[in-house]
Amino acid sequence: MLRADTLFKTFNPGTPIENPVLRGLSLQIDSGQFVTVIGSNGAGKSTFLNALAGDVIVDSGSLHIDGKDVTRTPGWQRAGLVARVFQDPMAGTCENLSIEENMALAYYRGRKRGFGPALNRSLRELFRDKLATLKLGLENRLPDRMGLLSGGQRQAVSLLMASLQPSRILLLDEHTAALDPKTAAFVLELTDRIVHENQLTALMVTHSMRQALDHGHRTVMLHQGRVVLDVAGEDRSRMQVTDLLAMFEKTRGEAIDDDALLLG
Amino acid sequence: MTLIALMGALEIGLIFALVALGVLISFRILDFPDLTADGSFPLGGAVAATLIAGGHDPWLACGVAALAGAASGWLTAWLNVRLGILQLLASILVMIALYSINLRIMGAPNMPLIGSPTIFSPFIGDNFDIAWQVQPAMLAALIVVAKLGLDVFFASQAGLAMRATGANARMARAQGIATERMVLAGMALSNALIAVAGALYVQTQGGADVSMGVGTIVVGLAAVIIGETLLPSRTLWVITLATVLGALLYRLLIALALNADFIGLQAQDLNLITALLVGFALVLPKLKAKLARKPGGAR
Repeated sequence: MLRADTLFKTFNPGTPIENPVLRGLSLQIDSGQFVTVIGSNGAGKSTFLNALAGDVIVDSGSLHIDGKDVTRTPGWQRAGLVARVFQDPMAGTCENLSIEENMALAYYRGRKRGFGPALNRSLRELFRDKLATLKLGLENRLPDRMGLLSGGQRQAVSLLMASLQPSRILLLDEHTAALDPKTAAFVLELTDRIVHENQLTALMVTHSMRQALDHGHRTVMLHQGRVVLDVAGEDRSRMQVTDLLAMFEKTRGEAIDDDALLLG
Repeated sequence: MTLIALMGALEIGLIFALVALGVLISFRILDFPDLTADGSFPLGGAVAATLIAGGHDPWLACGVAALAGAASGWLTAWLNVRLGILQLLASILVMIALYSINLRIMGAPNMPLIGSPTIFSPFIGDNFDIAWQVQPAMLAALIVVAKLGLDVFFASQAGLAMRATGANARMARAQGIATERMVLAGMALSNALIAVAGALYVQTQGGADVSMGVGTIVVGLAAVIIGETLLPSRTLWVITLATVLGALLYRLLIALALNADFIGLQAQDLNLITALLVGFALVLPKLKAKLARKPGGAR
């Protein structure tokens, strides 16, 4: 379904701040698989997701989604294949547009946008039904400005927006990192539900090893722009956070000094 | 102020309402600070005047002016999205270039249109006494059409995509919107409107002049800002309405200030009055908030 083959990406090449972020990253994901991605700061998690989405075009390597070579395809042309939810609740929605307008934007993701009205009664009906499943009372606030919603509400709506149109893969970039623990738990639960209901292939970046093991079918660890750990099935279900850490240290032969990986 | 002077102010206000709608698209909807207007307004005037003087149909002249304006806006956007030139700078380059181009088009610094047919002349006929009524009436009808047309467009799938491009380009791309194309198209639309305003202006003023564009952008922005202060809203059809009303009110205030003898202002004080008006409109929302806070005490 998704095949990333030896991806390389260096930011600011040939300058003193040259930063090789992806160094030969390869990963294959089967259809319907929910993969969690962990790794320390600078491991290349976000860049990898951005490369999949087309925000970043890789220097070398190849990228296939659903058998299509998208290595050089600009981001907006991949939108029919890739849906995403950003870390920053502000980034995934337009705060100056209404809830229904934001949802209408997502409703036409990957489709041709013509001069017909963006909203009509049946679409509003659909949006209302979808919002009602969140149980946040948003179904009565369709014309409200997106900016009036809290961060958690916005992430919940972003998730809904990502599932309005079928996509081949859903990318979640630490989408609960900016939320308080209770809201984060709610959004994660919603994530599980939406991925399950829509049989989505999903890739979720997270800073928390706990989350990485509790959600999805498979966990991948990135380090210095490469996959250093890849567990699934039996091995994974028996695994504890401490095991994950031990395996990480063994693989890399170095101690972890990043607290963020231990906490949470 | 006489009735004719009032109608004159209304007439120019209506023309600048078109400019203001164009400025609304660039500055507010696309978030693209664009000074091309100072060049595209006289470009529309120059193209229309030259075509009309050459014996062509005035409506056709307006259409060609719109195309010329669209091309200039597209060029500004292209310099920005393709060559990476800063938005403001890209628009200044095009504006400067258009000054020479406008001179080339007209072949002279000005082009009189006295006695030439205009889009208004079939409705005025031989009775020139009614021109001061017919021209504002026709312009009002044109502005209503333009405003409603924009409302319909920005409520459409493509229009919503254009608004998202200006509001959050990264999100727009993630939704599959070709943001670069949206900026190119939006800037073309914006400057097409402004050029049509220029084409209408020369037909009401009896000729084109190469320097007629000076300060166009300031007037357009003034109208947008006054409209926003007058009628603050996030709903698009209210915003376009506020913009049109802002343009009318601006010209009316200018006319009042210049006509009130006791103030002692004269025509050369126009830009000073503009600056004061815009400054006042910018500060007004803050003053209102301050006054609203006072009686209740806290917050």
